Amino acid sequence: MGHSPKPAIAPPIPGLAGQAIVWLDKRFPLVRLWQEQLTGYYAPKNFNFWYYFGSLAMLVLVMQIVTGIFLTMNYKPDAKLAFASVEYIMRDVPGGWFIRYLHSTGASMFFIVVYLHMFRGLIYGSYRKPRELLWVFGCMIYLCLMAEAFFGYLLPWGQMSYWGAQVIINLFAAIPFIGPDLAIWIRGDYNVGDATLNRFFAFHVIAIPLVLLGLVAAHLMALREVGSNNPDGVEIKENLDPKTGTPKDGIPFHPYYTIKDIVGVFVFLGVFTVIVFFMPEMGGYFLEYANFVQADPLKTPEHIAPVWYFTPFYAMLRAVPSYFGTQFWGVAVMGLATLILFALPWLDKGKAKSIRYRGPRFRNFLIAFVVSFLILGYLGVVPTTVWGQLPKGLPLVGGMDTATLVARILTAVYFAFFILMPWYTKKDIPQELPEPERVTY
Amino acid sequence: MNTTLRSLLLALALGASVSALAAGGGVKLDTAPVNLQDQASLQRGARNFVNYCLNCHSAQFMRYGALTQIGLTEKQIADNLILTGAKVTDAMVTNLDANDAKEWLKSVPPDLTLVARSRGSDWLYTFLRGFYRDDKAPSGWNNTVFKATSMPHVLHDLQGTQAWVKAGERPGPDGKPEAVMKLGIERAGTMTAAEYDRFAADLVNFLTFMAEPARTQRTQLGLWVLSLLTLGFFISLWLKHEYWKDVK
Amino acid sequence: MTAIVQDDVDPKKRRFLILSTAAVGGVTGAAAAVPFVASMFPSVRALAAGAPVEFDLSKVEPGQLVTVEYRGAPHWIIRRTPEMVAQLAKNEALLADPDSKESAQPEFAKGPNRSSDKSGEWFVVKGVCTHLGCSPTFRKEIGPEDLGKDWPGGFFCPCHQSKFDMSGRVWKGMPAPKNLEITAYKIEGTKLTIDADLKGA
Repeated sequence: MGHSPKPAIAPPIPGLAGQAIVWLDKRFPLVRLWQEQLTGYYAPKNFNFWYYFGSLAMLVLVMQIVTGIFLTMNYKPDAKLAFASVEYIMRDVPGGWFIRYLHSTGASMFFIVVYLHMFRGLIYGSYRKPRELLWVFGCMIYLCLMAEAFFGYLLPWGQMSYWGAQVIINLFAAIPFIGPDLAIWIRGDYNVGDATLNRFFAFHVIAIPLVLLGLVAAHLMALREVGSNNPDGVEIKENLDPKTGTPKDGIPFHPYYTIKDIVGVFVFLGVFTVIVFFMPEMGGYFLEYANFVQADPLKTPEHIAPVWYFTPFYAMLRAVPSYFGTQFWGVAVMGLATLILFALPWLDKGKAKSIRYRGPRFRNFLIAFVVSFLILGYLGVVPTTVWGQLPKGLPLVGGMDTATLVARILTAVYFAFFILMPWYTKKDIPQELPEPERVTY
Repeated sequence: MNTTLRSLLLALALGASVSALAAGGGVKLDTAPVNLQDQASLQRGARNFVNYCLNCHSAQFMRYGALTQIGLTEKQIADNLILTGAKVTDAMVTNLDANDAKEWLKSVPPDLTLVARSRGSDWLYTFLRGFYRDDKAPSGWNNTVFKATSMPHVLHDLQGTQAWVKAGERPGPDGKPEAVMKLGIERAGTMTAAEYDRFAADLVNFLTFMAEPARTQRTQLGLWVLSLLTLGFFISLWLKHEYWKDVK
Repeated sequence: MTAIVQDDVDPKKRRFLILSTAAVGGVTGAAAAVPFVASMFPSVRALAAGAPVEFDLSKVEPGQLVTVEYRGAPHWIIRRTPEMVAQLAKNEALLADPDSKESAQPEFAKGPNRSSDKSGEWFVVKGVCTHLGCSPTFRKEIGPEDLGKDWPGGFFCPCHQSKFDMSGRVWKGMPAPKNLEITAYKIEGTKLTIDADLKGA
């Protein structure tokens, strides 16, 4: 590990405990792990608010796994029994409602935390060299998380579960040539049914979580290898103290950041608690009202919208019209919107990493990107008729749903942020500020 | 401009006074006076539910025994609220056969356990008070929030028969006067309007409780957990400040 | 110069704060664990399924055994003939615990009859071997070929050949350590109620 070349030495703990540690350390790298991962891992001292969300994402992951295990003890992945078994958990199982609300709230909180974590990466250039792989692992985690959420959302077997799965699976049917057979293969039936539920359960409780855990381990290993970025984008490893060999601007992760993260955990759990105990439905965004009606393959609810964390992409899907008799283009745009994140490290040609030292062009593009993502997210939960229609007389767009036109423009903005990035980052006007040598604290 | 504004204000004022105003497809819902602490109301609501709703609708996820949470003893439940021959540990299931229901009512009455969560308490409160006579509807009844509902107004003995009557005039969009319609009682029932509102409120209160029996416990527990976390926040913040003194 | 300068350290204060934070964290964790532990106890449905079982005795013939399920275990109701009851007192020499001092049963079921009625006609017992949980077979015939001439009628466990008499009392030297367990019950006229939570049992 870069800057802790010294071999592990067991701390001088007297007595039996000390002997036990010495015995253990000769057989298992416990002390070395502790030192490498926590006390010997030097992190920049200038982390701000945005740096809480990595550890919080770990916390939510653990919470989701634990609550998930306890839910599977009573949940039945059977189309006839699934809905009733969720109500059984909510009513008959002691403490069941608490475990279920933790899990349903945790799903949404996971995305909130991960979106904020990714936004941090964007503003401080945490995807830039040498952290490209760290970013790529992160994007893979994000994709996994979307798959996990999608599979999990079918399990309560409510109306939204059912019709949401129906719509998303039919996206695959839009793929040329193999589409229709692919959709049947995914469902295991002519329609979303018991077979679909059973396999989604398998993916949700074991397949995806295994991949997710592996990716999280890779993400953390890559992080420990290259070290954390910081709000100034300064590489602290390039400025070592000659005496100790540790970064001048770095502080040991433990105790300083472990303690700081504990404060963050208490605040986060406070927010979590408010939702779980006082507003578990979160106004219909975390638990959709229509999902309290059992799945009915013969009756689509009046208004279906995916859960909020998918809505920006859903809005893009709806915004793209079908050409040449296929709706594949919308599906392709939606898929590209997530995959283009992977290319980010190679699109950014700027000199400075952090937004603190970058020019106004990057800043404006970033603002436009975030705003369009948020508005697309809003448009994804409402019907396209929400803002009425444009006047009939207008050229090209006359009579079109206003929201659809807006969604199209914003989709273009979303992609422009990435596609134009090599151009607007190469030579920002006015010039980028020089990056400092040392972090500001 | 001035007239548009004035008619808008007028419409808003009318909208507030008229219980159910059809506006652009959406209907203004009345606020249901839900109070889960009011056990007397919940108990009356439970009685209303078993007397009127349970004849056709089930609450298949709700056990009679869970009514102990609204201050009833198992004996009171068995003596007063179980009319179907079920046991206290059984779910509240109707005796109406689903096939018969399909034949008589054209559709199977939906399960009501979770209706307050899927529809919302305000919708239910407006629905229960929004039936009116409609000769064009197959059952002879229609509803302000649920157009062409296949449910007849089973409570019309209590509420009486409502119908749309002209309540006044207002300028229409083309400037010509337009009739303002209002629901009025055509033939009185056994209850006054206030009594029937109370009846519906109790029933909605009970339906809200039934949709999530853990809700009262949930909010009580939440306060304890929040205080514990607040304490943890301040202590850990203090700890953080103590350690971060070292960072220069 | 490094970023860490420990020139203002109060070890006592730090220790106190660490312990306090750990304490609050521990309480929070323990409190959060409660619902998870609780969720593994029987649910309301399981409790409802474990409710007392009622049975009408009027249809049971003398010498007949009827099995009812209570909390997932077979419970036997046997209407013993006077001959069967008379035999019970003669079994003592064979038995490990004739007075049922070691076994689990309601207070009223401690005599040789192990029954709530004086005549000993009704024998209600949990039909689960006290050895490893198999359900013994009812062998009411006396001296059959396979069990030997001195078999006085009773129960024989197919798993490990434990023998019990017609009051569910185990023989000496058997794998089963104790007499068959009797779940609390009451008989009112011809109505039998099996209820483990019965008071005064």
